[in-house]
Amino acid sequence: MTRADPNQVTPSILYLDGIEVSFDGYRALRGLSLTLDKGELRAIIGPNGAGKTTMMDIVTGKTRPDRGTALFAGSVDLTKLDESEIAELGIGRKFQKPTVFESQSVADNVLLALSGPRGPWSALFGLRSRVDVDRIDAVLAKVRLLEMRDSLAGALSHGQKQWLEIAMLLAQNPKLLLVDEPVAGMTDAETETTAALLREINAEHTIVVVEHDMDFVRMLGCRVTCLHEGAVLAEGALDAVSADPRVIEVYLGR
Amino acid sequence: MTRAVRWVAAVLFALGMMGLPVEVAANTGHEAAVARFATDAFPDTIAGIEAVVDAASPLAEPVLQALIDRRLTFDPTTRRVYFRDAAGALFDAASGASVQDAPARLDTVRINNRIRNILQGALGTLTLISPDPAQRMRAAEAVLRGRDPEALPALASAITRETDPRIRTVMEQARAAIQLRLPDTSEAERQAAVAALAARGDQRTLALLRQIRAETQPGALAINLDAAIQRMEARLAVLARVQDLWAGISLGSVLLLAAIGLAITFGVMGVINMAHGEMVMLGAYTTFVVQELIRTHAPHLFDWSLPIAIPLAFLVTALVGIAIERGIIRYLYGRPLETLLATFGVSLVLQQAVRTAFGPTNREVGSPSYMSGAFDFFGLSITYGRLWIVVFAIAIFAGLLITLKATSLGLQMRAVTQNRRMASAMGIRTGFVDAMTFALGSGIAGLAGVALSQIDNVSPNLGQGYIIDSFIVVVFGGVGNLWGTLVGALTLGIANKLLEPVAGAVLGKIIILIAIILFIQKRPRGLFALKGRAIEQ
Amino acid sequence: MINADAHAILDRRSKLFLIILAVITAWVVFANAVIPESSQFHVSNGSVVLYGKYLTYALLALSIDLIWGYCGILSLGHGAFFALGGYAMGMYLMRQIGTRGVYGHPVLPDFMVFLNWRELPWAWVGFDWFIYAAIMVFLVPGLLAFVFGWFAFRSRVTGVYLSIITQAMTYALLLAFFRNDMGFGGNNGLTDFKDILGFSVQASGTRLTLFTLSALALAACFVLCRIMVASTYGKILVAIRDAESRTRFLGYRVEHHKLLVFTVSAMMAGLAGALYVPQVGIINPSEFSPANSIEAVIWVAVGGRGTLIGAVVGALSVNAMKTAFTTGVLAPYWLFVLGAIFILVTLALPKGIMGLVDRLMAAWKARTRPVAPPQPETGA
Repeated sequence: MTRADPNQVTPSILYLDGIEVSFDGYRALRGLSLTLDKGELRAIIGPNGAGKTTMMDIVTGKTRPDRGTALFAGSVDLTKLDESEIAELGIGRKFQKPTVFESQSVADNVLLALSGPRGPWSALFGLRSRVDVDRIDAVLAKVRLLEMRDSLAGALSHGQKQWLEIAMLLAQNPKLLLVDEPVAGMTDAETETTAALLREINAEHTIVVVEHDMDFVRMLGCRVTCLHEGAVLAEGALDAVSADPRVIEVYLGR
Repeated sequence: MTRAVRWVAAVLFALGMMGLPVEVAANTGHEAAVARFATDAFPDTIAGIEAVVDAASPLAEPVLQALIDRRLTFDPTTRRVYFRDAAGALFDAASGASVQDAPARLDTVRINNRIRNILQGALGTLTLISPDPAQRMRAAEAVLRGRDPEALPALASAITRETDPRIRTVMEQARAAIQLRLPDTSEAERQAAVAALAARGDQRTLALLRQIRAETQPGALAINLDAAIQRMEARLAVLARVQDLWAGISLGSVLLLAAIGLAITFGVMGVINMAHGEMVMLGAYTTFVVQELIRTHAPHLFDWSLPIAIPLAFLVTALVGIAIERGIIRYLYGRPLETLLATFGVSLVLQQAVRTAFGPTNREVGSPSYMSGAFDFFGLSITYGRLWIVVFAIAIFAGLLITLKATSLGLQMRAVTQNRRMASAMGIRTGFVDAMTFALGSGIAGLAGVALSQIDNVSPNLGQGYIIDSFIVVVFGGVGNLWGTLVGALTLGIANKLLEPVAGAVLGKIIILIAIILFIQKRPRGLFALKGRAIEQ
Repeated sequence: MINADAHAILDRRSKLFLIILAVITAWVVFANAVIPESSQFHVSNGSVVLYGKYLTYALLALSIDLIWGYCGILSLGHGAFFALGGYAMGMYLMRQIGTRGVYGHPVLPDFMVFLNWRELPWAWVGFDWFIYAAIMVFLVPGLLAFVFGWFAFRSRVTGVYLSIITQAMTYALLLAFFRNDMGFGGNNGLTDFKDILGFSVQASGTRLTLFTLSALALAACFVLCRIMVASTYGKILVAIRDAESRTRFLGYRVEHHKLLVFTVSAMMAGLAGALYVPQVGIINPSEFSPANSIEAVIWVAVGGRGTLIGAVVGALSVNAMKTAFTTGVLAPYWLFVLGAIFILVTLALPKGIMGLVDRLMAAWKARTRPVAPPQPETGA
């Protein structure tokens, strides 16, 4: 619920406190708390089953928490909204497995993501302007896919699909981007390009990146949060976090 | 417990009755009495009944029973009277001797309602003092129904000798029913009589009390009667609901039989098999073929036709299932909507094939002796056919649970459905497991067909009547959960039968369908849905 | 303004389709009305009715393709919307009988007199007027689709689950319309129609007009479908079909988009039913039977889903085949053929006839291209 009072609960763009979720008795999140400042770039690391994807599901409305607070832009309660409402608020998400609309062209993929009215009537009767076409091309240029604009998205390589997803995120012009494992399956060169791309985008957007690849996280050069068993284990610069004995224990086994 | 004993006794008695004829010494009174039936005039018949009772020959009971059942006949030329026993054998009514050469013409001795009442009373009197308790019970019930005041003295003496408290209760109730009819009964006696009758709970006694109430002047007795009638009505209403509940359980077990194979193919494999109903139909036709073969080659094995058909039906439908899975479905995994269309095509082909082979009309599948008839259970009427189907459904359900949980095939099935690639990597032959799983689901549908051949028309359209219901049961119960299918089938069956008396059969079914559609909106994954991240993808 | 340009709406193939449809329609009209009966080119009145029936089936198939081919909603209950439109038209036609029924009752249709009813049920009020009936042809199927879709899409019932509950819906309606108490003629349905808007339904002129109207309705609905699928809206539908949850994360209210297309599709099916009834002269509850709806889906699959033209081609070819089979000695084997079509199309021709056409054309192009003399390399 949006509060009329501008007195915000928190200045953070994303504020998670004491989030708990369980699936059939398995407690995926156990009191997860996390805050994110506007304009920040944050990497989330953690072993399998630490709750990284479930955390994203909570923020984007795919899963409802059993307990806890999730506030966006200091005042909007995310636990009360569904996926499309949250997307309209300005939270974009890139999935772990790239999901683009394979049977449509690259440009149409971005067109669908373009910010603007989302109702069926405007899609039927609204006017598409020259500005839209320019915006599509600008976004595609940013992710180095301009020359592919008319080919089918299904024909792209794995890495290109990841970039197309990022392009779609940018076209949504979100306030907060959630990026799930953007470099899984990428070549080293593609990984470097992606890191550069995310840093570039970070100039205008707040970004959360979930990633396994430590080299990539190092390339991002940002603050790191390590999750373990559904809660935050450590937080800080990458070197500090990776030196934390608890983190080492989690990663190397006890 | 004791009711069951009584019921067993009644069956034994009925079996014993088949052991007629009764050879007896000559009894001139009886012979003269029986001769009166030959005029076939109502007053003579009544006089004859009384005379037969007075003569008290052992033949009196079978003769009077034959008269009430319209098995008593006479030769209009010789004026001799004959009767047939329940099996159809002919006897001389006067001597009890078996008659081999039946006279050319035999007329049935006519009776009317009045005579029927008299007969019931007479039969009651006759057998009230029989040494066989089951016969005494029957007699007491007969007197109660007949309410013949003339039976009162015999009843009174019978009550004093009666040792079985249950029979004595019925006799006292019969006496009460008769007393209420007599003008010289005192008010206190009437009150006691009403109380005695009210202790019975059946429809007939209720009708009796209503009749008495209509004859009664307002007063204390009328108030008592009203209260008794009300109590009985309430009890009977509860009984009717319980009867509906049983009908619901019975329907639920039919739904369970039809749906449980689908719970395997759809629930475990995710395959939409629109030809599932035709598997049921094939099972029913297998039963038909087995019975035909038995009828022509080994009629004495008829009672064994269902036990023989059960494995055969499983085998036939399982083989058809394997053919469908290997020939069509395996190319369509991961494309449920295409599977749906292709298997619908299979269902059309199977229907037409059966229509071509067996004709479009219903085929007759007989019921073995243990499947026919009914018995009374605390006032509920339960047919053996339905009871066996409930038992059969439960047995199949249990067998399937064990197969899935405890056999290596079950383990492999679950492994393949959870992670095909991993299972394959571990050396499980996934193609083989798919075929076996589908064969299991289809085979169970065939078993359902054996059961349904007993209660439904065996025609090429048999399966169509069950396919939608089966899908609804599986979806309602929660896909991939056998217990959900069980609960779903029973819930739908019971809800259907409880709604039927209120809304009518068709409207009840429509209401159920709408309720299910709304329910699926509320819980798209059914009653017992799996939760978690894995199933959302 | 429509959010798509005219070229995208009427691409070459669509224009070709409309032209062929117009030519065939004009030919049938000409061959029936002008060419004398003695000529072998004459098209009989019976054939006009048959072709008109095919066109209404084609319209039903088109409505199914719009939701299945473009939005992935496989409705196994679209026959219900078709039948509801048919009943709305049938009720108008029943009222037009007036006192000419067997019982000659001043107000009530024959079957109500037979059931000893005293007055017209409320559901029948207004059907004396064609305009009211025409509105109901769209409103009743549209409203049912809207309410049903609103519940189903909001709670995210998708895929086979949706197919099963649409089947349950038409099954429930089948049972309901079989009941005499519903007041729609029970088992026998509505029949013995006399005239429509004052013209006898038996007259050849009326039949020709109804045939032409069916062709026009098909063409108009085809264009409407093209507008929907060629606009941004169509791209959203395809996005929902291919990756529903992804579309939701882009901020689209998937349920609203589905609801619109589902309702429009149901109205088209209703229109098809309304044109069907005066031509075949009867509507009864068997039109609600689930098997009918599945058969209509297979027309779309045969023609090639997601192509619109394929739906029409599929409906026409399967029904022509059905007529050829069921009128000859092969009648008992028709279900074998239909069953085989279901199986073969899904296994061997997943993109239907249109997919086959595309493949053949691509193969032909690939073969003709190398034949053309290679361009001489001019300069670097």
